[in-house]
Amino acid sequence: MSEMKRPNPLLRNLPAKLATSPMIFIVLVVFVGSTIWTVASSFTGIKTLPIFTPQEFYDNWVGWDQYVRLWKTPRWITSITNLAIYGILFSGFAFIIGFLLAVLMDQKIRAEGVFRTIYLYPFALSFIVTGKVWAWILNPAFGLEKTVRDLGWASFSFDWLTNRDMSIYTVVIAGLWQGTGLVMALMLAGLRSIDDEIWRAARVDGIPKWRTYLQIVVPMMRPVMITIFVIVASGSVRVYDLVLALTQGGPGNSSQVPSMYIYEKLFVGALAQGTAASSMLLLATAVILIPWIVVEFGKKSRG
Amino acid sequence: MALSSAAALNPSGAKPKPFFAPGRVLIYALLIVTSIYYLVPLYVMIITSLKDLDQIREGNIFVPTLQPSFDAWVKAWSQACTGLNCTGLAPGFWNSVFITIPSVIVSIAVASISGYSLANWPFKLAEWCFTILLVGSFIPYQVFLYPLVIITREMGIYSTLYAVIFVHTVFGLPILTLLFRNYFASLPEELFKAARVDGAGYWRIFFQVMMPMSLPIFTVAVILQVTGIWNDFLFGVIYAGPTNYPMTVQLNNIVNSLQGVKEYNVEMAATILTGLVPLTIYFLSGKYFVRGIAAGAVKG
Repeated sequence: MSEMKRPNPLLRNLPAKLATSPMIFIVLVVFVGSTIWTVASSFTGIKTLPIFTPQEFYDNWVGWDQYVRLWKTPRWITSITNLAIYGILFSGFAFIIGFLLAVLMDQKIRAEGVFRTIYLYPFALSFIVTGKVWAWILNPAFGLEKTVRDLGWASFSFDWLTNRDMSIYTVVIAGLWQGTGLVMALMLAGLRSIDDEIWRAARVDGIPKWRTYLQIVVPMMRPVMITIFVIVASGSVRVYDLVLALTQGGPGNSSQVPSMYIYEKLFVGALAQGTAASSMLLLATAVILIPWIVVEFGKKSRG
Repeated sequence: MALSSAAALNPSGAKPKPFFAPGRVLIYALLIVTSIYYLVPLYVMIITSLKDLDQIREGNIFVPTLQPSFDAWVKAWSQACTGLNCTGLAPGFWNSVFITIPSVIVSIAVASISGYSLANWPFKLAEWCFTILLVGSFIPYQVFLYPLVIITREMGIYSTLYAVIFVHTVFGLPILTLLFRNYFASLPEELFKAARVDGAGYWRIFFQVMMPMSLPIFTVAVILQVTGIWNDFLFGVIYAGPTNYPMTVQLNNIVNSLQGVKEYNVEMAATILTGLVPLTIYFLSGKYFVRGIAAGAVKG
């Protein structure tokens, strides 16, 4: 054997490895470690003190108890129902309105930049700001309801903000105002990536514009649309600040969302109950993510 | 012959679009109506903040006042109360500044270096971690809230400015790393190879070859992070500690704790003041902002 040793492969490009270590630390400790800890602790009975060792987990193990309790809690049922209403309506309307706006914007219009700026500026604002503005507009005593009544329509009623049955829909209204611009911008980028040749071919064949959109462009944009859907839907699972600023979860518990329930349980001494509820959101996200993972990682293997 | 005459009758190229064709009018009408819907809240917010309380009670929210006054703005900035504490939004503004600046710098530093490693010095572990990161970015924050309390407590920084900087770095990492990785990967490979041949190492190539060419992507990253961090509420409440509460938290506290007569004009002035920084950045940097948010959707 020669005296020259083969360099240790672990030490190859050492500066690169050292410089990337913060990212690796964050991924392994925060993203992977935290997720495992949260799911594991949801099967225990811990209240205020977190646990770490396998022995501690073994001692505190309660199986599915936290989940059974969770699904027997009326407030959780309300929260998860509200999340379903918000998630479906928000994602659905943001998707449809965003697409329609993008199609309008795609008609070689003048002042496109001005319109885009207007549609997208709410997205630059904090959910807290959005919530406060809409709380003011929807305030029955001073806002839209009073304004319309003052105009002479005395029986006009728009009290969703203070109406137990309707309060969650105000969150949808405010959320749409903030989020549709994003969908529009992403859809527009998708529309612009369609080859002009396809438009020309459709025109030569005499296919009307609306049919070209529905039957050719939309199917071609499927990967973009799935990505947008995942972004919008997984974002709506997290909804917290907006509800806090708009309705504070009220009136009563009528517009509570899961993240409020989780926040409360985590920090008032029902740790495992909070992590069980978080794990349910994780599950919901996993369901939403599946189509995206299929598209994103499927296309690479197809080459 | 017939073909050429037909071609002469039907000029090629896009048809010139008359401005007042019925279809075009409909398109513009729809665009303008929706624009109004998007603009109304901003308009209402501004005119409400310029009214006094009597004008608010008598008038309606859509009609501007004839005697605008900035009293509510002054009050929101320096006198509005949360409980017994009547300091206005100003301390929250400065807290947000002190949170945002270091968080933006640290998160971009970590992410740009990680993106550079992934693009030019890839190794297996880093690539696996990056895949986990992309999927992990969709996990609801609620899953990480308590573990991050534990982690920051173990690091000895919980409830300080450092904790909130750390948390913003963590949650900025997926999108920013993606942004930088894709950007560095799009630069011509010859540049990197030539620098290697000339004997430049990891850091030298980063600082002297890559960074000077990366101004646009750093701009996009800064805009993304400044607006995102400024608008954050949840992480500020949990990790920053009460003395460092950012502006969004203070806004929420002021609006929720106004005692006695509700001063809607002060609330709206406080709301505008909180939105002013991201709005200004947005209006000044339109294209870059769009690029930043689009980066999330156009994954490579």
